[in-house]
Amino acid sequence: MKFAVKAWSNGSARAGVVQLGNFPHPIETPCLLLSTRKGLPFFISPDLLPSLPSPDSHLLQVCPLHFLEGLSPKTISNSGGLHQMLGLHDYGFAAVTRDSIQCLPEYNSTNKVGASFETPCGRLLIKPVEYMELISSMRPNIWATLADEVPTWVSDKRNRTSVDRTVRWLDDCIALSPAGGAVFGAIVGGSNVEERRRCAQEVAKRNVSGYWIGGFGLGESRDERPALLNTITDILPEEKPRLICGLGLPEEVLQGVASGIDLFDSVYIYHLTLGGFALTFPLNGVDENESDFQLSDNGSDRTKINLRATVYRKDASPIVEGCCCYTCQNHTKAYINHLLNVHEMLAQTLIEIHNTHHYLGFFRAIREAIKTGNFEQFHRQFIEGRRNCVAVAAMHA
Amino acid sequence: MALRFEILGRFNRARAAQLTLPHFVCQTPLFMPVGTQGTIKGLATNQLEEIGCQIILGNTYHLALRPTSELIDELGGLHQFMNWPRALLTDSGGFQMVSLLHLADITEKGVTFQSPVDGKPMLLTPEESIQIQNRIGADIIMALDDVVKTTITGPRIEEAMYHTLRWIDRCIAAHERPHEQNLFGIVQGGLDPVLRDICVRGLVDRNLPGYAIGGLAGGESKDSFWRVVAQCTAALPEDKPRYVMGVGYPLDIVVCSALGADMYDCVYPTRTARFGTALVPEGVLKLKHNAMADDTRPIDPTCACMVCRTYSRAYIHCLVTKDAMGSQLLSYHNLYYMMKLSRDLHTSIIEGRFPEFVCNFLRIMFPKGDVPEWVCNAMEVAGIDISSCCSPFSSSQD
Repeated sequence: MKFAVKAWSNGSARAGVVQLGNFPHPIETPCLLLSTRKGLPFFISPDLLPSLPSPDSHLLQVCPLHFLEGLSPKTISNSGGLHQMLGLHDYGFAAVTRDSIQCLPEYNSTNKVGASFETPCGRLLIKPVEYMELISSMRPNIWATLADEVPTWVSDKRNRTSVDRTVRWLDDCIALSPAGGAVFGAIVGGSNVEERRRCAQEVAKRNVSGYWIGGFGLGESRDERPALLNTITDILPEEKPRLICGLGLPEEVLQGVASGIDLFDSVYIYHLTLGGFALTFPLNGVDENESDFQLSDNGSDRTKINLRATVYRKDASPIVEGCCCYTCQNHTKAYINHLLNVHEMLAQTLIEIHNTHHYLGFFRAIREAIKTGNFEQFHRQFIEGRRNCVAVAAMHA
Repeated sequence: MALRFEILGRFNRARAAQLTLPHFVCQTPLFMPVGTQGTIKGLATNQLEEIGCQIILGNTYHLALRPTSELIDELGGLHQFMNWPRALLTDSGGFQMVSLLHLADITEKGVTFQSPVDGKPMLLTPEESIQIQNRIGADIIMALDDVVKTTITGPRIEEAMYHTLRWIDRCIAAHERPHEQNLFGIVQGGLDPVLRDICVRGLVDRNLPGYAIGGLAGGESKDSFWRVVAQCTAALPEDKPRYVMGVGYPLDIVVCSALGADMYDCVYPTRTARFGTALVPEGVLKLKHNAMADDTRPIDPTCACMVCRTYSRAYIHCLVTKDAMGSQLLSYHNLYYMMKLSRDLHTSIIEGRFPEFVCNFLRIMFPKGDVPEWVCNAMEVAGIDISSCCSPFSSSQD
C-alpha cells in the first residue's frame, strides 16, 4: 500500500491518495471504509457491490474476530487469503480488531496476556500471537495491531495500562508480522491528553506504514474530541495515513477530517439501516428547502427519513430524487415501507445500498472542499445547517 | 384468455412448450419461486432475472393483509410495486387461510375465518378472492378452491370437490380482467380417481386458459401422489398448461414432467436455504455440518452460479444461520439450481434426449442404483426406460 498527501485546506485537513497493490485505481482520501461481516457487507450482495461508486467503495473493513465463529486460520490460508476466499480481488481489506457491533472490547477482562472481547461465541481472550495467526492467514492490505481499547470513564491507572499494553503488543505484532500487508500502529489513551500524546509518541517511533486510532466513540464528548485528535495528529508524521475507528456521524467525521484523519471506519450506516432510516441530507451542504421544513414526529429530520413511517405507504417516489444508486433507480419508498412492515430482508439490502451510496457522496463532497481550499467553510456551513434543523425541531416541540 | 401455449417438443407424455403471458414469454417445464410478500426472501429483482426466473408467485392472503390489494392497485399493480418486469402468478388465498388460521371453516359461501388482525369473523368468497387478485394484477390468477389434505378420508373430500366446481363458475363470473389475467382452475378430489375425474371434466367444460392439480404435496405417500398426477395429466387438455401446485423437490419435478406437467411452485428451495441446506445434483448438502468447516470446494462444482463460482463450502458454512448474507447466497444458489433444472428439462425434451437426461439425473442422485420404487413405477407409465440407473436387485417385487 502506498499513500501520499496531495492537498491541504485551512490547517490540518488533507486530501490524499491510497494506492493498493491489487487495484489499479488510486483511492482518494478522506475515505470511508465499508463495514463488513466476515468480509462481505451485512446485506449488500456481492453482485450488487459493483453498483456502488468506484473506486470510493473499494476499501472494506474486516474484523478478524468474526472468523473465530467458524473458519480456522488454516482454512482461510488454504483458501488463499481473504481476497481469494471472497472473490474480491480488486478490493482492499483493512483488518481491525473493533467492529462495534458484535465483537466488543471487554476491557475488564483484558489482561497483560491478551485483549478480551465479547463475541457471539462468548468471551474470548486474544493474544498477539493468535491475532497475528489470523492476520497472516487473511493477508489483508492493511491491518491494525492489537490494542487494549478502554472507554473514557476508566481510572487513570487503567488508562495508562492500556497505553503500555497497546505499545507492547504493537512490538509483538510487528515481530510476528507477515510479509506483505501494511501495518498500522494502534494508538489509544482515552480522553487523557497526556496519555494520548505519550502513546502517539511511542507509536511514531516504530516502523509502521500508518496509524490506527482507537478509543474514540467510547465516551468522549464532542467538545473534548478536537483537542484529543489534534494532540495525536500533531505528533504523527504527515506522510503516513491515519485510520480512525468510532467516528460515524457526519459531524464526527468532519471533526476527524479537520484534525487530519484520512480513513474512517464507522458503523453509522449499519445502525441507520437496521433502524429503517435512509440518508437524505443534501450533499453540497446547502439545503434549498430549508424554509419549508416541516417537523414530523416519525423520527425524520432533514438528514434522514424513517422508511417505516406510515406517511410513506403510498409514496411512489425514490428515497432521494436523482440519486443514482440501485435502490433509487429501481424502487420506491412505498415498496421499502412494505418490506419493512413485513420484515423482509430485502429492505435492509436496499437501504444499505442507498445509505452507502449517499455517505460515499458525502465523503466526495468533503474531498472537493479540501481540494478547493474551502474545507473550513464547508465544515461550518454543514454544522450550521444541522443546528438549524435542531432549532426548528425544538421550536415545534 | 391472455396466454398462448405452444408445444415445441415432446417425449411420450412429456412436453416442452413456450408459454406466452402478458408480461413474459416463458419456456416450460418451469419452476416458480414463491415470493410470498412481494419479494423472494433476500434477493433483488436483478438477481432473480440473472438466475433465470420467469414467473414468480405472490401470496394473495399475505398481500391482502399487507399492504392490501387496494394499495397495490393504486400504485399500479404488483408488477410495478415490486418492479418485476416478468410474469407473476397469485394463488387464491384459500390455502393459507386454511393452513394458517385457527378456526377456519368452509361453507358453500366460501371460507370463513377469524381475521388475524382483530379476530372478527370474515368471509373469503370466490368473488372476493378474484377481485383481490384482479387488483394485484398477476398474469395468472387461481380460482378459489376447497382444499382438503390428502390424508383425510370420507365425505369431506367429495364435498370439497363439488364446492370447487361450483365456485369456479362464481370465479369466472367475478373475473373482470380476462384479457389481461388468466384464470386457472384447480383439480381437487383427494386421492379418489373417480372424484378427480369428475372434477377434471367439470373444469375442462369451462374452457379455462390453464389447469392446476391441487390438493397434493400434503402428507400423501409418493405412490399415491404420482398416480393422481398421472391420471390428471392424462385427462387434461393437451394444448393448455398444467400446473402441479406445491411441488417441490427436484426429483418430484422430473417425474411430474415425465408424466406431462408443465409448471411447479414450492417454498422448499428458499426455505431450505435459510436452514443452511443447498440443492446439489446428488441431493442436498447441509452446510451447517462441521465437516464443511474446512471444505474448500464449491457447493456444487458443476454449478455455474455466482455463489459456486466464488465461494467455498467452508466460507458459506461460517455464514449460514448466523448472517443474513448466508441466507441470501444459499437462496441464490438453490434458485439457480431450480431454474437450471427447468431449462434442462425444456431443452432435453426439445433436443430429443429427455430419457438420457432423466437417466443421468437419477444416476447422480442414486449412485448405488437404489431408485425409489414409486419413481420406477411412474417412469414406466411415462414410457421412460430407466433400467440403466436401477441396480438389478432393487426393482419392485410385486
